Formats: sequence, structure tokens, C-alpha cells
Amino acid sequence: MLTVRDLKVHFPITKGVFFDRVVGAVRAVDGVDLTIPDGATLGLVGESGCGKSTVGKAILRLVPLTSGTVRFDDVELSALHGEALRTARRKVQMIFQDPYASLDPRQNVESILAEPIRTHALRKGAAIDTRVVELLDSVGLPRTAAGRYPHEFSGGQRQRIGIARALAAEPSLIIADEPVSALDVSIQAQVVNLLADLQEQLDLTYLFISHDLAIVRHIADDVAVMYLGGIVETTSAELLYTRPLHPYTLALLSAVPIPDPIVEDTRRRTVLEGDLPSPANPPSGCRFHTRCVYVRDRCVTERPELREVEPGHMAACHFAEEIAVSISPRPAVDQRP
Amino acid sequence: MNPTDPPDADTSRATGAPISSALVKPPILVVEDLHVTFQIHGAKALRAVDGVSFEVRAGETVGIVGESGSGKSVTSLAILGLLPARGVTVTGSIKLDGEELLGKSEREMQDIRGRRAAMVFQDPMSSLNPVLTVGRQIGETIRRHQKIDRAKARAKAAELLDRVGIPEATRRLGSYPHQLSGGMRQRVVIAIALATEPALLIADEPTTALDVTIQAQVLDLLRNLVSESDTALIMITHDLGVVAGMCNHVNVMYSGRIVETGQRYALFGSPRHHYTRGLLASVPRLDGSQDRLLPIPGSPSDTIPWAKGCAFSPRCPAVIDACIGSPPELVTSEINTRVRCVNPAPPTDVMWAPR
Amino acid sequence: MRLSRKATLVMTPDPGSTGAGDDAADVVRPNSLGREGLRRIKRNPLAVVGGSVILFFILVALFAPLLAPFNPRDISWFDQIRPTRIPGPSTAHWFGLDAAGRDELSRIIYGARASLVIGVLSLLIGAFIGAMIGLLAGAFGGWVDSLVMRITDIMLSVPGLLLALSIAAVIGQSQTSIIVAVAVPNIPLFARLLRGSMLGERQKDYVASAESVGVRRRSLVMRHVFPNSLAPMLVQASLALSTAIIDASALSFLGLGSADPGVAEWGRMLTDTTRYLRVAPHLAIFPGVAIMITALGFNLFGEAVREALDPKLRR
Repeated sequence: MLTVRDLKVHFPITKGVFFDRVVGAVRAVDGVDLTIPDGATLGLVGESGCGKSTVGKAILRLVPLTSGTVRFDDVELSALHGEALRTARRKVQMIFQDPYASLDPRQNVESILAEPIRTHALRKGAAIDTRVVELLDSVGLPRTAAGRYPHEFSGGQRQRIGIARALAAEPSLIIADEPVSALDVSIQAQVVNLLADLQEQLDLTYLFISHDLAIVRHIADDVAVMYLGGIVETTSAELLYTRPLHPYTLALLSAVPIPDPIVEDTRRRTVLEGDLPSPANPPSGCRFHTRCVYVRDRCVTERPELREVEPGHMAACHFAEEIAVSISPRPAVDQRP
Repeated sequence: MNPTDPPDADTSRATGAPISSALVKPPILVVEDLHVTFQIHGAKALRAVDGVSFEVRAGETVGIVGESGSGKSVTSLAILGLLPARGVTVTGSIKLDGEELLGKSEREMQDIRGRRAAMVFQDPMSSLNPVLTVGRQIGETIRRHQKIDRAKARAKAAELLDRVGIPEATRRLGSYPHQLSGGMRQRVVIAIALATEPALLIADEPTTALDVTIQAQVLDLLRNLVSESDTALIMITHDLGVVAGMCNHVNVMYSGRIVETGQRYALFGSPRHHYTRGLLASVPRLDGSQDRLLPIPGSPSDTIPWAKGCAFSPRCPAVIDACIGSPPELVTSEINTRVRCVNPAPPTDVMWAPR
Repeated sequence: MRLSRKATLVMTPDPGSTGAGDDAADVVRPNSLGREGLRRIKRNPLAVVGGSVILFFILVALFAPLLAPFNPRDISWFDQIRPTRIPGPSTAHWFGLDAAGRDELSRIIYGARASLVIGVLSLLIGAFIGAMIGLLAGAFGGWVDSLVMRITDIMLSVPGLLLALSIAAVIGQSQTSIIVAVAVPNIPLFARLLRGSMLGERQKDYVASAESVGVRRRSLVMRHVFPNSLAPMLVQASLALSTAIIDASALSFLGLGSADPGVAEWGRMLTDTTRYLRVAPHLAIFPGVAIMITALGFNLFGEAVREALDPKLRR
């Protein structure tokens, strides 16, 4: 079980001629709570710059935490340093978005896969080779791939190598940061299915970070929606898509293009005005108030807490109940013309 | 075109009548049998586009959908003469308002690109000059084609920015591209493209680099422009959702050829080509109706040359002996779509099944 | 709309279509990046021309005693020298004689030794020390980085030639002093270059990926970051070789080289001719052309290395 409490990651903005001094901070992640039970998948959705990738990196301590705790099983990852952190990281692994950038171009596949095994001394001698073959099989790559280099593979195959590398460390939690966004449509489905199969076989827990609501809907049990460093809504995938409570979720859902002309022509759209504000200088009160269609005076001054609006459904909006009433007769994604 | 009530949609859905019955305007762009071959030094010749034909009318949006390597972007670059001259052979015919574009000099093409046809690329930063203000870039484009003074051009630039939905347009004229967000930059690029009121606009993955909420804004903008100014729009994308929402006519490309084409309701309602079906089945639906995605096996690079049979056959779930040997022709189906397949899926079969 | 983007629109086939191994020839042998780079260099006509020139001069330097028709120190034809006439090319002396009556061709041939050795050595020393300093800054970051970079800033603010001259003034007149003098200004350049490219590489996902699978800090830097940061160093080194040879020649032209007047070195040979430029232009032309061709050879080759390793020119 992964528990993240009040996670904050602020990146300092520095200035200086000889030595840098801090003049401000980008509040990439500003108070995030997450819980993922063993074997479940949490989808973390949001647009670029909302801090979702930083959350993933912060859990693995790949970026310095400003405050907050990250606990996986019985280990408090956020309290570890040096060698203890290095060994503890084995249980939590990451799959990266860009299959071109996330593999060392100078290593061949065998060396890429053997590295986590060697560094954690999980196998020795010939057993390493056997394990490499096993890993290649499990992600559906030919065994001949072992001697080849990343640039010789297509995008989908490279992502399989990235997945195999994450599996090599024998983790229980996998943080997948936009794992299919860089792939061709027909390949995305292959990788999504592979991830689902691996979860079943190896009893993995996933944090699935993506901007693609349809894929998150497909793969996740629970979903958390992020906006400007904070979570604005979290609940089961089913509930989020049929009964969104936060105006931002509503807008996101209505913006996703659906490959069905009848749906496209008839659905209700909430087109958001404007752009994402800068996380270095976030708006007062509710961070979404600058773009919200339901905005009122209270939103400008008072920041809404993430609260349980209905059983198992949390939203950070002062007026979630009213919104629920106003839209409930008709889900945001209506299939009927 | 008003998305809630497409006139052509109803006629063809109800009666199966050809789309031309609803649109009497002559086509603005006619592409016929377009071939583009790349000959890179020391490598085999690569046929990026292999006999593509389609047409676009005023006020109509035509979509070209495909994955990487399908030739969709090369097609658009070929239309505007933007392919490098060295190592590239372009044959066939590209007629803009009845005038043949192939064989025109670079100078003539520059004039056409500025005046009558414009393009919007995926990455707005690469089509903007980073050291000039937005106002200057739009103004210069206007002044290149109209003899008006700076002040008038500036006023017109502000008008254009306002039209593409940029708030405080006059103030924004003084901004540099890096001061704008990705969505704003793409709006500026569209404003520059519209500066000369082109008859044809080609948008190559215009929203791929943008977030969903910003994508929705830009798509809305494009939709309104087409309906207000009667511009012909070619939308090049990999996103079936984008196509479903805004294109009157859809061309699905695979390995350099159009494999299925038709009016969007017919095509999405009853896709016949196994590639189109495969694409639709591999996209997760927002309503969560699938238990499992049905991906197309293999990757877009697993093709055979069209001369040796259907390029999709190595990945096709319904491959039969007749698929191999000679290239399949585009055949008109009973619902007036055209399908390049010798063993198309039956029109009633809704779900695509893997091998 | 401005559409002058032709150069950037060079279409390459989709990586998947050639990379995935549909080409029968590619399937068998895995291609490491290094091997791939080598293949690209071999195919590049720039490299072929540049490499041939370099190889030619290396062979000339190696086999100088066999190739040179005469001893470069032999002044037995001094009696043919007149104040108004120094013999130019003839069948006996292809490049003519120099002011001391030595065979010019033999001196050019032997001069290749000195010039190449000085150029290459000085560059290697400069690049190596620079790389070590850059590695230090790039690996540790923080205050080490700030300190190292400020020092290199100061070094860079002194003009290279001035620095070289003062170094030579301290060490004294010798070939070693030229080597040191050419090497030292190269140090901050290479240090900055390596440090910069290491900082760039560190940001990449594969480093985060290695860190997340638990790779130790030291092997993170030495196995992943450092090797991947070397490409720009290699490119810079190949391009800087021509400059090093020219600089070394310039320094010995200014008289910083060996005190022994008999030593044949192209830059020095140019110095010796200044007085006789009117009478014997061939004395300036031959060493000048030799320097020019060698520098050109290294430049062409360096350009080819850049094209082969530059990620932007890669598909």
C-alpha cells in the first residue's frame, strides 16, 4: 500500500551573478494526498504543468521533497537517504514517457536489463542471463533482442524494453508516467494490454500518470484529477466519468475528442477559457477560479479543501453539491444522440 | 459548418446519396494520383505517398488520418511544394482552383503559399520567428500581399488576433512568441495563416502538442473559421476523435495509400477496412465500454510494398490468399464509402475481432 | 505565412520503418552507437578527403627518413645561395633550397613530424585536463561546479595568444613550451564543454531511469552520464586539431620554438623566410601550403565527425 501525505515539491527560482540566491518558488506539487491499495491502479490525470509527473518522481525521491511523507508498505521512503534509499527504491519502479530518451543509447538490451539485477544482487552468474531471457519473454520481445541497441527498435518495442527494465528490479509498485503517449495509436493498445496482463500475473500496484482520460478510465480503478499542483477530485473511475463533481473534471471530460461523429455532434461542451496559470504565481483562493464557469466570490478568496462530497467521492470545490445537482440527470459523456 | 446539423450528413446517412449532391461548389483543391518518392543517398527509394487522390471544397473539412509512416504529412507538404527539391520526386497532379501546382517554380509556389493556401504545423514555435513580435510577424504577412501602411497593417493584425480568440489583442501585438503559451502561439500561427484570407488551409496535427482543454479551444476556432469564411480545411491527424468531430470527409491512410475514404457518418458508422476497424478498436472509449482493448498486432513498419499485395496484410486479422500478389483497388461500397480491401468486413459487423 | 523551412523539413523515413530490422542486411549485427557513428563517418565524402589528407601527413611524418631525399640539416648547397638569389624548385631539389642552403622538400617532410606531434600532443593534453576538470564540475555540481566554472571564466577572459606567450616566456624556448602554451588555453574550453553536456545528459530520462532502478551514484556518472557526454568533446577535439596546428605554427613563427635553429618545423620555416620573401617566395609558399592543407584535412574530418555524432543530424 502506498500512502502519500501532504506532499509538497517546490522548485526554487534562483538568480545571481556569482552565487545563486532564491527569489521564489515554482509550487509544482502543493499538498497532495494519495492512497493506493495493493494490487490496485490509481490513475493520476491532469494537463501539462499540473505537477502529475513531479508527484511520480517525488514518490521515488528523484526530485527533492519540500515536505510531506511517502510511505510504501512499512518503509517511509521520504525519511531515507543514501544506501538505504537506494535499496528501498527497488520495490518502486518507474516507466517513463519517452521510450527514446529513457534508455541509455550506449547500452545494449541485455546490459539495460541486467543492470537492476546486478546492482541489487538479485541473481548471480548464469542466472542473470536466464532472468534477462525471462524478462524479454514476459514483455513480448524476441530473445534475439538482447544483443541489440535501443535505437534499432521501434517506439513500441523500446517501451517494452523500458517495462522489462522496471520489472527486472522485481518491484511491487510501478509508477507509469505517460507510458503510451509517445506511441502510435495502434501500438498504445498493445502496451496498455501488456501492462494490464503484467499487473495480473505479478500482482503489481500501479500509479498510472496520464493526460489521456480515456486510457486512464480504461486502466484505473481509482482516479485522481490534478490541477496546478493540487488534487481537485478523486474517486472510483466509474463514478468520476459518470458523475464528475469538480468543474475542471467536467471541462476535461467534455474536451476529450471521441471517435464517434454522432457523439461529437451532440455532446455538451464546456470549453474552458484561457490558459493554465503559472505555478510560480498561482491564483488566490481556488486555483481554478480564473477559468471556472461556475466561479463565485467565495472562490476568489477561500481555497476549497478536498472533502468527501458523497461516499467515496472527494472533490475540492465549494459548490460541488450544486454542480452535482445541475448535471446529474445527464452524464458529461452521453452516448445517446 | 455547424457541427450540430451537417447538411451533407443527413442526406448521405438517409439515402446513401453521394456527397456531391449536397455540395454543388466545385472543388478548390484536386489531388490526383500523387506519388512522392524519397531517394536518400545510398539507401533504397522510399515511396512515402503512393497514388493518393482526393478533393476539397470551399467550407468543407477533409481529414487525413494515419499513423507515423502513413504519408499523411508528406502529402500535405507536397501540396504546398514544401518538400526539399533534392532526392524527392513528386508526380501526379495537384490542382488549386483548376491551376496545376506541380512543376511551378519555387517563386510561384511562395506566392501561392502566401496568398491562396496556408499551413499550420504541429509545433507553433518552429513556424514563428522568435526575435520578432507577434504584431510585426502578422503585419509583415499582410503587407507582403496588400499595399497598406504599417498602422493599417497593425490594426488589421489586432483584428486577426481578436478573431482567433486572443484576449487583449492590441496589447498582445507587442509580445514575443516565447511570452505566449502553447495554445496562444498556435492561435497566432493560425492568425498569420489567415492574414491573406487563403482559400485553402492545411493543418498538420495542429493540436497534438496541446492539452485537451486547449485542444478543444483550437478545434472550436478552426471549426468556426471554416463555417464563417468558407475556407477549405485539410486536417491531418492521428486522432480519430478529432476527425470524428470536425471532418466532413475522411481519408484513412496506410503506408502511402488511402485505404478507406468516405463521409464521416458512413465511415465511422460502418468501417469496412480492417485497419480502420483496428484503429477504432484500439482506442479506449471514455464510456468504459470495453473490457479489453483489441490492438492491431505488429507495428506500422511491418508492411509489404503495395506492388506485392496489400501493405496491411502482415497485420490484418482477415487476410486471405487474394491479399497477396497484386495491390487491391479502391472499391465503392454499398454505403458509398470507398475501401481498398479484397476481403472487407461485412457492413453489419460492428466489432473488430483479432486473429 | 512564412514558410522558409525547407532545410528543416528534410524528410527521413520513420524510425520504425528502417530501424526495426526489415532490412535483411541490418538484422544480423547489432549496431552500437559507436559503430553506427563509424559507419556514418566512412560514408561521408568529407571524412574520406579529410582522413586521406591526415593519413598522408601521418605517413609522411612516420617515414620521413625514407621519403626525404636529403638530410634536412645538410647545408652542403650553401655555396649556391646568393643574397639576391635563392634557388627555387629544380629537378634536384623539388621545392628548392632554403636560405641556409638546406633542401626545402626534406625540411617540409621532417617538419610534418614536429608540427603534427606538437599539434596533436598539445590538443590531447588540453582536452584531457579540461575533461577532468569538466568531469569534476559535472559530477559533483554545487559549489565545486561554481568554483571550477568561475576559474575557467577567468582563464577564458585572458586572450589565448597572450596566455601562450606568457607561458612560453616562463618556461623558456623549447618545443615543450609550445605544447604547453597551446594546451593551456584549450583547458577551460573543454572543461566547459564537457560540464555543459554532462548537465544536459543528467536531465535526460535514462539517467532518472538508472537512478530509479538503484544504480549507485558513481556508476551513474561514470557508466551513463560521462560516456554519453563525450560526443561533443570528440567533435570539438577533431575541429580544434586544425587550430592547434595553426597556433603551434604561429607560436614557433613568433620564435617560441626550440632554440636549435636546425630543427625543421613549418611555423619556424615561415619565420626564417620573412627576410627573403621577395627573392625566394617558394620558401613561404611551401610551408604555408603544408600548414593550410593539414589544417584543412583536420577541419574536414572534424566536420565529418560532427555530422556523424550530432544528435540533431541523426534520424
